[in-house]
Amino acid sequence: MAHGAGGKATRRLVDGLFAPLLLDGAGVRLSDAAQLEVDGARLAVTTDGFVVTPVSFPGGSIGELAVNGTVNDLAVSGARAVGIVVSFVLEAGLPTEVLEAEVRAMAKAARAAGVPILGGDTKVVEHGKTDRMYITTTGIGRMLPGVTIDPGSVRPGDRILLSGPIGDHGITILLARGELDLEAQLRSDTRSVFPLVEALIDAAAAGLRWMRDPTRGGVATSLNELALDSGLGIHISEEQIPVRDEVRGACELLGLDPLHIANEGQFLAVVSAELADAALAALRAAPGGENAASIGEVRKEPAAAVLVTTRYGGTRIVDMLVGDPLPRIC
Amino acid sequence: MRYVDEFRDPEIITRTCEEIRRLADPGRHYRIMEVCGGHTHAIYRFGLKDVLPDNLELIHGPGCPVCVLPMGRIDDGLALGKQPNVVFTAFGDMMRVPGAHGSPLEHKAAGMDVRIVYSPSDALKLARNNPDKHVMFFAIGFETTAPSTALTLMRAKAEGIRNFSVFCNHVTIIPAIRAILDSPDMRLDAFIGPGHVSTVIGCRPYEWIARDEKKPIVVSGFEPLDLLQSVVMLLRQLKEGRAVVENQYARVVPWEGNRAALAAMAEVFQLRPYFEWRGLGFISQSALRIRDSYAAWDAEKVFDVAGVRVTDPKAAQCGEVLKGVLKPVQCKLFGRECTPERPVGALMVSSEGSCAAYYNYEHRKAAASKRDLAPV
Repeated sequence: MAHGAGGKATRRLVDGLFAPLLLDGAGVRLSDAAQLEVDGARLAVTTDGFVVTPVSFPGGSIGELAVNGTVNDLAVSGARAVGIVVSFVLEAGLPTEVLEAEVRAMAKAARAAGVPILGGDTKVVEHGKTDRMYITTTGIGRMLPGVTIDPGSVRPGDRILLSGPIGDHGITILLARGELDLEAQLRSDTRSVFPLVEALIDAAAAGLRWMRDPTRGGVATSLNELALDSGLGIHISEEQIPVRDEVRGACELLGLDPLHIANEGQFLAVVSAELADAALAALRAAPGGENAASIGEVRKEPAAAVLVTTRYGGTRIVDMLVGDPLPRIC
Repeated sequence: MRYVDEFRDPEIITRTCEEIRRLADPGRHYRIMEVCGGHTHAIYRFGLKDVLPDNLELIHGPGCPVCVLPMGRIDDGLALGKQPNVVFTAFGDMMRVPGAHGSPLEHKAAGMDVRIVYSPSDALKLARNNPDKHVMFFAIGFETTAPSTALTLMRAKAEGIRNFSVFCNHVTIIPAIRAILDSPDMRLDAFIGPGHVSTVIGCRPYEWIARDEKKPIVVSGFEPLDLLQSVVMLLRQLKEGRAVVENQYARVVPWEGNRAALAAMAEVFQLRPYFEWRGLGFISQSALRIRDSYAAWDAEKVFDVAGVRVTDPKAAQCGEVLKGVLKPVQCKLFGRECTPERPVGALMVSSEGSCAAYYNYEHRKAAASKRDLAPV
């Protein structure tokens, strides 16, 4: 299970098995989307499978995640999504109302994102062989001009921006599973981040080095990937990281770290020092970006690690998770 | 009061650290043990070592109830889970702890019915809702969690739920502290006393530490200011040549403990004559077993438990780290053969384990303090 959680085990699986056997050419930078040139047009393509339980939760459902997730992977690769194809694997016996609700949710999300769903495939498997429904979306996008996303271009002194509060989605799902006697007014943050990405690119394309959407494994995993890919030290300040009170409270109770919790409507960006303020201002001015924050900066040391500083000067390393965050008890 | 904010107030923390610096005698090297694994994690999580003076060393104690379980007990529990129709339930903390043939999570991937529960009453509820299965709860913890196990067993008996049992691995904290003080390797000046265990047992059980061993002990909360204030209180005692038990966590810990919790424990449990602790060996009267009056819910009576003793791999130094004799980074396997992904011992995966705390929060810091690498 750990291999699907988005953390260390996933990375080892990809780096150790998939990449060497499947990917063509050394030095392919693994990121949220693959980039290719077709007759002079710079395109990006990405695919993602969605297996969330429960299928529906406050703030969204699997259908919305499936659309927004793929749009966002393209967005943080610097591309505007131009079309999506969908694959459904459905469990026999799935009530039609459930399927219809998800299809409607997907249509709505696609309209909101301005991205057409072009087609797809459907398979039905026996009852018990899948958990209600699995959805895979594959998206194609057009790279925005003047944008190159490359962790190798990150330099000491660059600043790290975050589009909004973290932890909403993961904690919403945890509570929606009903295993915990906890209630909170929380909703998934699922949305297309493309408008915010576009605003940032308009203001600071020349200084934009890297972006990522911190889904499974949270901000900690994304920043650790950056640290590993760039070989640099990522320093973030705990008090700058926006976290809703409800998320903080739930995390404190369960012994979880908001930095490890999944998000579905946020992204991280590394921007040069000269353009960081302009980039942040552009994010804050855009609808949905009011809580954007500058959370830290890149330094040379500690190499390939992520360090969090508390308000009173204490520090700790933040690592990638091995598997899923397990609530502690004692 | 929003405890999380007030007890992390950076200005008060700064002032408290200044007080610590004023109280600490620069000519002295202080060795203070925090017994509880939760405190170990809090210290690392909040980066408190960075704000304490260099001549004040915090030594991690054996207060991690999962870490002190010998591997054989994990295997015994997993063997129970392999029985037909048995559902293996445990706290999330147990899931990655390695047995000789894999952790509960690994057994789950191989098809065993393993489920995380957040309290023993969840396990009982599972039993109630699944009459065709037998739900076994792998109970761990010091006195902190023993009362809820006790209450759950009382409820199971009252409701006559027969498809439920507890594999009891509760241990008690005082014998562990005694074993530390009896150990010839340790030279300690004072103790930061366990926080949550004390909500059950109160502060009286620690009086012998101050009176007979002449070591100050302050029962502490888990926020940065709790721990720092406890250090202030300990330094004051040491400076004044006093040794008493003090309760810094008075907002949660009652001096006399929780009578109802202790009564429930007495109803359901009795002390085992002896129990094997990883690193500390066999300690008498240090662990709980289920009384005969609850035998029908005692997994060790309901099932055949092999009671296999499994020694740790030779190179692993879990025992010394548990006693505080070695720092995690001084274990030969740390970060090499033993990582959170491929743990050799529970200390590397438990949320109370000092190796896990060190690995997750500390060990790649460029400014690795010389003290961390120096021999104890």
